[in-house]
Amino acid sequence: MAKHTRQRANVLQGTLDMLILRTLLYGPAHGHEIGKHIQRTTNDFLQMQHGSLYPALHRLERRGWVTSKWEMAPDRNREFKYYRLTEKGRKQLVVEESQWKQMAEAVGRIMWPAGEES
Amino acid sequence: MRWWQIRKRDADVERELQSDLELEEEEQREHGVPPEEARHAALRSFGNPTLISEQTRAVWSWNGLESLLRDLRISVRTLFRSPGFSIIAVLVMALCIGATTSLFTVVRAVLLSPLPFRDPDRLVMIYEHFRDPSMNAQQFNYNPVAPADYYDWRTQTHGFEDVAAWRFWQFALTGERGDLPELVSARGGTWNLFPLLGVNAVIGRTFTESEDRPDGSAVMLTWNLFARRFGGNPSIVGSQIHLDGKPYTVVGVLPKWFTYPDAKVQVWVPYASGLPPEILRHHDYHFSRVVARLRPDVSLANALSKVEAVQYGLHLQNRNAPVAEDVAPRTLSDDLAQNVKKPLTVLLCAVGCMLLIGCLNVANLLVARSAARQREIAIRSALGARKMTLIREQLVESLLVSLAGGITGALLSLAATEWLVSTWTNLPTARSIRADGTVLAFACVLVFATALLAGLLPAISSTGRGTIAALQASSRSAAGSQSRTALRKALLTVEIATTVVLLIAAGLLLKSFWRLRTTDVGCATDNVLTMDYSLPAKKYDSPEKMNAFNEMLLEHVRVMLGVRAAALGSMVPGAGAGEDDIFTIPEHPPIAPGTALPDALYRTADPGYFSALQIPLLKGRFFTSADRAGSPKTVIINRLLAQQYFPGENPVGKHLHVVPYGNADYEIVGVVADTLYQVGQPAKATMYFPVLNGDNGMGLTLAVRGATDPLSFSIPIQKKIAELDPELPVSDVLTIQQIVERSLGNASLSASLVLGFAVLSLLLASVGLYGVLSYLTAQRTGEIGVRMALGAQREDVLRLMLSDGLRPALYGLTIGLVASIWAVRVIQSMLYGTRPLDPAIFASVAASMLVVAALACLVPAWRASRIDPMQALRTE
Repeated sequence: MAKHTRQRANVLQGTLDMLILRTLLYGPAHGHEIGKHIQRTTNDFLQMQHGSLYPALHRLERRGWVTSKWEMAPDRNREFKYYRLTEKGRKQLVVEESQWKQMAEAVGRIMWPAGEES
Repeated sequence: MRWWQIRKRDADVERELQSDLELEEEEQREHGVPPEEARHAALRSFGNPTLISEQTRAVWSWNGLESLLRDLRISVRTLFRSPGFSIIAVLVMALCIGATTSLFTVVRAVLLSPLPFRDPDRLVMIYEHFRDPSMNAQQFNYNPVAPADYYDWRTQTHGFEDVAAWRFWQFALTGERGDLPELVSARGGTWNLFPLLGVNAVIGRTFTESEDRPDGSAVMLTWNLFARRFGGNPSIVGSQIHLDGKPYTVVGVLPKWFTYPDAKVQVWVPYASGLPPEILRHHDYHFSRVVARLRPDVSLANALSKVEAVQYGLHLQNRNAPVAEDVAPRTLSDDLAQNVKKPLTVLLCAVGCMLLIGCLNVANLLVARSAARQREIAIRSALGARKMTLIREQLVESLLVSLAGGITGALLSLAATEWLVSTWTNLPTARSIRADGTVLAFACVLVFATALLAGLLPAISSTGRGTIAALQASSRSAAGSQSRTALRKALLTVEIATTVVLLIAAGLLLKSFWRLRTTDVGCATDNVLTMDYSLPAKKYDSPEKMNAFNEMLLEHVRVMLGVRAAALGSMVPGAGAGEDDIFTIPEHPPIAPGTALPDALYRTADPGYFSALQIPLLKGRFFTSADRAGSPKTVIINRLLAQQYFPGENPVGKHLHVVPYGNADYEIVGVVADTLYQVGQPAKATMYFPVLNGDNGMGLTLAVRGATDPLSFSIPIQKKIAELDPELPVSDVLTIQQIVERSLGNASLSASLVLGFAVLSLLLASVGLYGVLSYLTAQRTGEIGVRMALGAQREDVLRLMLSDGLRPALYGLTIGLVASIWAVRVIQSMLYGTRPLDPAIFASVAASMLVVAALACLVPAWRASRIDPMQALRTE
């Protein structure tokens, strides 16, 4: 397998759901848009694998956190499958966000103990 | 989501990916990528759409089912591609599962399921038990209870909620409107028996206490008689029927399911009804069965100890009479199953062994097939098939075989169960024996267990090795699949060992049956027809009337064409123990108080009885027509009685003092040879009294010896009896051989069933052996070709292949023989005149096993030795 030369990372295990839910907070979007958004917002640092994106979307739909509907795209003259955040999804986002915060703080305390800030 | 939505969901995923991919392509073009490259660029950034769609669909978890459907499709196709294998495998499974299910149905109904009575766990039978070691020599004795003992137990102890009793009886049921007379099996039950069991009459009521007296004339019908003879008309309750010529009032009808103690019973009368009142006061007339219901707050040991104390007191009061010292309990369920528990257990073991062999055989066949598909499996696992997927595929295949076999087997078992129940005459029928939900569940579990066993072994073995190794091995077959061959040989060894155990058990049972069958009962058995009748006491109320009928009948029968001789007596040899009585010898010093008096079987015989049945006279004379009621009392004894009680003296001219029959001295006029009262039991001391004394309460057996097939007399004789007394029913028209066979019925049935299972197992094992060796030959064709090209002789090849195939057979044989030494102990008590370690049986089983194994190996080995080396090397 070829090695990556540019500094890139795959989406951290378990955070993809949160990222998708957060993205959908802006409004309904289709799979391609969501992937592009995450990639663009992180300046191409996070690489979106379609092989994980679509299963993740369907997983969220199955859990009832998002709903999907085929809708006309405003700029293209075609239908796309748009995902929309549900009320349950909103609550889940809050839960995942707070979990992630705790996680990040916990990791931070170990990596950069107080008084040793660099 | 439902299954019909799968397609919709799939289409949706496809469309979504497609639209997003197109969008990507459009965006690529908008970024200035040339249109022809845009598609590829989009695919590059997107990834493999097929893979993505598969992964996405997996989210909806229908993948599992889909792949199961695919496996099913593949398996069905594979099975159809080799119909020979499939049919054999399905048949083997059907036989094994069918036989096991049938036997389970019977075992469950007879041994496991509760009796259909109220709180059946608290019901116990109580018997008398004698301490005399000679009575316990063969087995622990459970002696029927004397009526006075029963009454004392009931009134003097309080550990049981209630104690009831029943006794055997039979009646001649005569019709009101000229219906045919019929001998009906009856039971006399105490008035509290039905409430104790928790059984109510479906029409009318059960007996009352006031009806349970010697002059009582109430009767209850079982459903069988009610439906059959009285057309199920409820108005029969309250009206009268005639039993032995006496009117009885029908008070109730028992439920259809009530078949205790067996299904042949037609009527119930109260216990004391029809018995002479003095018999009820006897402590030594053992004819009752006692059923007791435990009180919930009292333990069995506690309740029993009180009965035991009463019984020991009775024993001390009657030192010289046969009154038992102890009592012995047995649960009602065990009591009903006592004769069949052992054979059933043995049969279940045998059928289990056969099931195991069947599984191993199907496993063996599957191993052979998976060996042939080795390369396919290796390539598939190299392409990324997961190990679980491959195992699952094989399991699905064996599941299909087991399922098809299971369904066929379940149908088979329905028929087999019916056959078994109708053939096995002494299966207790208090519970109905039929397949139900539990049996079905058992069959299902069996199917899945066999599928797992038959499928898992080959599946694991075929996927166990590394892919590379498998691919390399399959390129050159000579070195390949060593481990698989070892597995097949191990399976075969187990198969053969189990077969050997089965064969030895079957051999022993058969030999023991043959011994029983050929036992000399001590009288003529060829061309002897017997039939039973019982002269009703009401019509034949004096010895003179009885003698008139009996002598008239004998006179008529003796002159019939083809009749050589006729005998009349209470019983013929081989027909059972019947009654026994105690006696003393007036010429001998009195027996010390406290020791039991001698006892002997009671028989009656007419003057021609012994010569007709060809029982030799050893001393003295036979009866003459002068030995009858009113003349001097005479008796004939058998050799054993003379030997036991008159050692070194001449018994003729001495006397026997017999209490029950007139409390009188009988002069011994003759000594005859011993006969067996039952095949398989040692002979007993026997006294014969003249049938013309007129004591015919126990019924009579007419035996006719003819020149040819005696069954041809049966109709003329019955017509003659009907002519003499149209109201007299005749029963049990059988030859002595049939009587003997009937008493052996179960020995022959279990022996032939076990033999059947053993032969099937032998067949399966030899097919397995043949299969393994054929497979080995095919595998080693190349190697054999090389060997022969290098100069090996055909004989060498033959020897090589034979020894290869016979080795597992020899291992299996050795293991089987060793295992048998342990296993035969289980059937030891079922054997008669056969030692469990009978060397002839062991040797012949070993020899026949070897011969069958050699035959099974010979064909493939011979084929191997005929290989043309050029041909073999070219195919390589």
